[in-house]
Amino acid sequence: MPTTYKAIATVTVGAGGTSSIDFSAIPSTYTDLVLAISARTNKSGTSSDLYVQFNGVTTATYSFRRLYGDSGNAVSDSLTNNASGGFVGLADGSTATSSTFGNVSVYIPNYTGSNAKSWSADAVMENNATTLTYLGIYAGLWSGTNAITSISIKEYNGNNFVQYTTATLYGIKNS
Amino acid sequence: MPTKIVVDCSTGIAEEIELTAEEVAELEASAAKAEADRIATEAEKAAKEAARADILKKLGLTEEEAAVLLG
Repeated sequence: MPTTYKAIATVTVGAGGTSSIDFSAIPSTYTDLVLAISARTNKSGTSSDLYVQFNGVTTATYSFRRLYGDSGNAVSDSLTNNASGGFVGLADGSTATSSTFGNVSVYIPNYTGSNAKSWSADAVMENNATTLTYLGIYAGLWSGTNAITSISIKEYNGNNFVQYTTATLYGIKNS
Repeated sequence: MPTKIVVDCSTGIAEEIELTAEEVAELEASAAKAEADRIATEAEKAAKEAARADILKKLGLTEEEAAVLLG
């Protein structure tokens, strides 16, 4: 039986931390992509927003809506034609419970197509249920019409991912 | 100097690379925009809360009574 869900590449951040995790030379042989992220950043605070850029594009081509909430509130907001990138989830910040990470799953269908590219994501912060935590769902659109050949993952305030943050790119085939 | 980790999916090899000056500038611009967005969001929230409090005052309702009314 052919393998239809395969890990393409994985990254684990080392002791020095990093500002960006980039997957380059993504093969065009799959139908969809899945990005699985487990992240913590050195941003001051309990949470930080994560975003992606496709093919190094930093023009106003990313739009998304998110629904997220904490223990008592739910918020829905959106950004249209954002140049930085598209939000995909949340990571634990520097004052979150130690050794906890935010977990994000991003689904990118038809990434080699010649139309605009969409993504959907869900995210939840891990915090041992002792302090404020967030979860969220995201839907986005990148108006680029080229096949996606690279994906960059970054923290929205320009902070670093800390050690043991991981990201794995999976390819899904439809047959 | 800030770095990025780049993994080549065709080989599986990951490298840690220093950011270029342009990439550093992009990070800084993103951080500045994020801070501006945060300030704008908090201002909007404060304005909505003030408007809500004003309406409740006009109606002669407390927050608790409004919560019961609205469910």
